[in-house]
Amino acid sequence: MSVRGKAFIAGAYEHPLRTIPNKTVQQVHAEVAAGALADAGLSLSDVDAYFCAGDAPGFGALSMAEYLGLELTHIDNTETGGSSYLLHVQHAAEAIAAGHCHVALITLAGLPRSSGAGIGGAGRFGSAPEVSFENFFGLSIVAGYAMAARRHMYEFGTTSKQLAEIKVAAASHAQHNPNAFLQNVVTIEEVLQSKMVADPLHMLDCCVVTDGGGALVVVSPEVARKLSRQCVPVLGTGFAVKHVNNGRIDLTHTGAVVSGPRAFAEAGLTPSDICYASIYDSFTITVLTTLEDLGFCEKGKGGEFVSNGALQAPFGKLPFNTDGGGLCNNHPSNRGGITKVIEAVRQLRNEAHPAVQVPNCQFALAHGTGGNLATRMGSATLILGQEV
Amino acid sequence: MSFLPLADVEVNNETQPFWDALRNNTLMLPRCTACQSVVWYPRAHCPVCFSTQLQWEEMSGRGTVYSYSIVAKGNGRWKESGPYVVAYVELAEGPRILTNIVGVAPTDVHINMPVVAVFDTGDDGRVLLRFGASPEI
Repeated sequence: MSVRGKAFIAGAYEHPLRTIPNKTVQQVHAEVAAGALADAGLSLSDVDAYFCAGDAPGFGALSMAEYLGLELTHIDNTETGGSSYLLHVQHAAEAIAAGHCHVALITLAGLPRSSGAGIGGAGRFGSAPEVSFENFFGLSIVAGYAMAARRHMYEFGTTSKQLAEIKVAAASHAQHNPNAFLQNVVTIEEVLQSKMVADPLHMLDCCVVTDGGGALVVVSPEVARKLSRQCVPVLGTGFAVKHVNNGRIDLTHTGAVVSGPRAFAEAGLTPSDICYASIYDSFTITVLTTLEDLGFCEKGKGGEFVSNGALQAPFGKLPFNTDGGGLCNNHPSNRGGITKVIEAVRQLRNEAHPAVQVPNCQFALAHGTGGNLATRMGSATLILGQEV
Repeated sequence: MSFLPLADVEVNNETQPFWDALRNNTLMLPRCTACQSVVWYPRAHCPVCFSTQLQWEEMSGRGTVYSYSIVAKGNGRWKESGPYVVAYVELAEGPRILTNIVGVAPTDVHINMPVVAVFDTGDDGRVLLRFGASPEI
């Protein structure tokens, strides 16, 4: 079943704060839900489906349905890390197409900054079967991505300078976002001279740690027609799981190799049709590998592709993450995900900051990466447009 | 032992022979008698063909570095350990496994470097499988 054109994003909202003291996680979920529903011109009583992932407290959607006060015909707790919320859009579109619901609410919220939790959260995986074989070697999240970067450098000659180009582009966008956690522009030199966290990744190759959240409202074509707000059709969806496959680890490829072509096939588009791309950017290497795997360039040529301002809006080859991305703007709950979709919706509605708005942005791609790059991960790709 | 932290691993009926072998300074992994795959990490079935007919077999303990990172400063119990090397080592028998490279200056580690198993054992008997530079080089 194709979901092409069968569901529309009617509401999108990003919490404006990056540090949120004295609030509960569920409260932030409620605030972003209210924001996205107001953006759509809908109310809580219109919602008949609710989607959340591992950042939601308690019994997931069951706890949250009661807390928010929702009357539901459909729920979904799918947890795939940072890719969850893009997969939720796909699942919402499928549920809408199947007639299970008409107005789906998706929320993400977290407080890693003000709670002092920092990055991580691996404690939740304490009972996983791989724990005793992976968790006792000082493998920080950064180090896992650093090993992927190291292998990419070895196989393809990718350089730290090329990775730095990605941060430079994100920062050039973030300077126009008054809500961005980091709003300063940076140079390649500054990235290369920032503290080495896990060789070869520097501090400025890493995303920010922020409180915050975001929400989306996905609706049926019938509901979309009644709304005055510009609704963004879901044109293509793709998801893939990649794991270590009995020790046959391949650190230079992600699940985007599978999720990308699926989404493009459903949309009937190719990478060259994409005007704007939101690419999950937990680290600079995440972006580089994903761009290759989605087919924006040949495998191994990502370093060349991102060079010379190719990712900088509005006139680069492929403007990306015009909100400043996870590298500069926001990475709420240590898993941006939903912010990728939100900025793609802004671009398609011509509501990005004028300095970074892509002219005549007809087709946008949003991609989420969850788990650990190339080893145990979920990859979710969405292609969105202006009309069906 | 190396200077890196050891840990209280979770041993269960699926993994007991692996940990028992490490304490005897040998690396044992299950091999699938149906499709001949070496199973990593150890479990009661083969994830390639789903057979439960597995046999524990001693591995050579030799491998090469597939990728690595020098972590400047660790978290928690690893705070005072840095800089240290986290790596994936490709065993001669195939699987690429997460480990540390020890007994070598971190800056001397490189991809494809030959390594051998180090049964890193503490005074309390706790043991982890780490790797060191192969003496042949």
